[in-house]
Amino acid sequence: MSEHRTAIRCARITKTFGSGEAVVHALRGIDLEVRRGEMMALVGPSGCGKTSLISIMAGLLQRDEGELEVMGTDPGALSGHERTKWRGANVGFIFQQFNLIPQVSILENAAVPLLLRNVPRREAHERAAALLREVGLAGRENSRPTKLSGGQQQRVAIARALVNEPRILVCDEPTSALDGATGQKVMHLIRDITRRDDRVVILVTHDERIYHFADRIAHLDDGRVTHVSTPAEALAESAARMGEAAAARG
Amino acid sequence: MRSIAIKMLFGDSAKFYGILLGLAFATLLIAQQSSIFVGLMSRTYALIEETPQPDLWVVDPTLLFVDDTKPMQVTALQRVRSVQGVLWAVPMYKSLLVAKLPNGSRQLCDVVGVDDASLIGAPPTMVQGSVEVLRNPDTVIIETRGQRGRLAQPVDLEDPAGPKRKIEVGELLELNEKRAVIGGIAETTPTFQAVPTIYTTYSRAISYAPATRRTLSMVLVKADPSVPVAELQRRIARETELSVYTPREFAWMTIEFWMKQTGIPINFGIAIALGFLVGVAIAGQMFYNFTLDNLKYFGAMKAMGATTPRLLGLVALQGLVAGALGLGMGLGATSIVGLTIPPDKLAFKMTWHIPIIAAGAVIFIVVASSAFSMRRVAKLDPAEVFQG
Repeated sequence: MSEHRTAIRCARITKTFGSGEAVVHALRGIDLEVRRGEMMALVGPSGCGKTSLISIMAGLLQRDEGELEVMGTDPGALSGHERTKWRGANVGFIFQQFNLIPQVSILENAAVPLLLRNVPRREAHERAAALLREVGLAGRENSRPTKLSGGQQQRVAIARALVNEPRILVCDEPTSALDGATGQKVMHLIRDITRRDDRVVILVTHDERIYHFADRIAHLDDGRVTHVSTPAEALAESAARMGEAAAARG
Repeated sequence: MRSIAIKMLFGDSAKFYGILLGLAFATLLIAQQSSIFVGLMSRTYALIEETPQPDLWVVDPTLLFVDDTKPMQVTALQRVRSVQGVLWAVPMYKSLLVAKLPNGSRQLCDVVGVDDASLIGAPPTMVQGSVEVLRNPDTVIIETRGQRGRLAQPVDLEDPAGPKRKIEVGELLELNEKRAVIGGIAETTPTFQAVPTIYTTYSRAISYAPATRRTLSMVLVKADPSVPVAELQRRIARETELSVYTPREFAWMTIEFWMKQTGIPINFGIAIALGFLVGVAIAGQMFYNFTLDNLKYFGAMKAMGATTPRLLGLVALQGLVAGALGLGMGLGATSIVGLTIPPDKLAFKMTWHIPIIAAGAVIFIVVASSAFSMRRVAKLDPAEVFQG
């Protein structure tokens, strides 16, 4: 039964950048499983390999070694063109800096993934408008992204990420450009919308305040998954580390 | 996605207007300088263009261009007429002579003497009188630029440097001590030498000219319809040992003379090259920067499922739209310059080749800058979107 519930399976995945003395071992053998309907947070210090790992999971980057299965497909085995199409159909992205096109309306921004798949413009706009309503931006469809607050822009990004009904949602630091309260609202929204449809959410974050939205947390360090914990365990570990640091300072 | 690509272009107003102005300015420089160059060159063969009747022009073999009058013996006319296949052949006189104006001043003029009987060679467009006035004794026709320019008379004869009035029909000139009555005013293409042109009959022109044995400047020939022009051209050249040109050949010979013997092509070539470089430097660079600014959005699109050819198509569309608008603005501005400045102030002739050349230059600028931009987009790693 648990096999059927596995959405993403990573085994012994490695990735290096550069060569010779400049070689960087971004991933040194990642083993990780993410279940369907689960929100998995990837945490760890900068340079630990979080971004490389989500890029590989999302089919944006090729691994060097190891095995990968994402919803029954190994994106690394696909040709570049097939991988692009696979991404368009299966993966939604929420970026740290939103990456909304400033010159067009939020409706058009939200419709971009559909337009890229040649969905007729009218249908794409209808589906994008429905999602904008769902994220609380009804009536603002014709606004430019620059006219919206950071939280509202991230809501547009959520609508854009979900408009294609992807099975996997990849969120890269979705709250880092937002204040605490807005970040919580955005995370509530992501969790509510994705859980309802049994989607997988991979969340990269440094923000401990949103740990509790995740079902499990994978801790990465130096290109390896050191352990997987619950949010409560992760917060306790963090508190303990901070206590030790304070004690060391005297 | 096409509308989004175009909105991205229009929405970045600073760069968009920069690209447009760069392309428009480049087009303006290229098209305007080319048009002035063509205008100047077309003035060199204005006489040929305004004398459409002959199929062939027969001239002295040493003649280099239309204004380079090398008079022939008058017997040349009879020799040409005797060639089989000549329907008609008429004489033309052309030379620079000094005219004495009503107020006593003197002015160098280009005197054209046309066939007495047929008046072939007379100006095609008259604004006052008709070419038939040349049949009246001592009568000449002047053209409008001369009328209000170098032949114009002081309003107050006591004040030669004061305001001037147009010289009018009925007033008298003197050519080589002989009277010449202005009988009509013609509208003609300005000539390259920028001196007034005076039209009269061949026999009268000879009487105005200093006495010489050689008075025949050119022979204008019409081919019999039964004889191919090229064949007649060969026959006349063979039998008379004179040079024989079709109007097109004569015009090109004249253009080539001015092109080779003057710095005009180099000067205009430099201006046109500068226009092109301005386009590359400003518009090309701005378009490239515009693409760089949008690279993160293209990266996001690539992550979201846009194929590289799709993105390249969007960049190409942006380049095409910017190029078409810049070209249109530049050609529009060039046309305004050409239409608003009078022909006697500016030699301007925009032939159909010029917009095509300007379009070619703009396409090159846009394609080159798009190619650089596309290279960046094609090499774009979608994983970069996670790098902030």
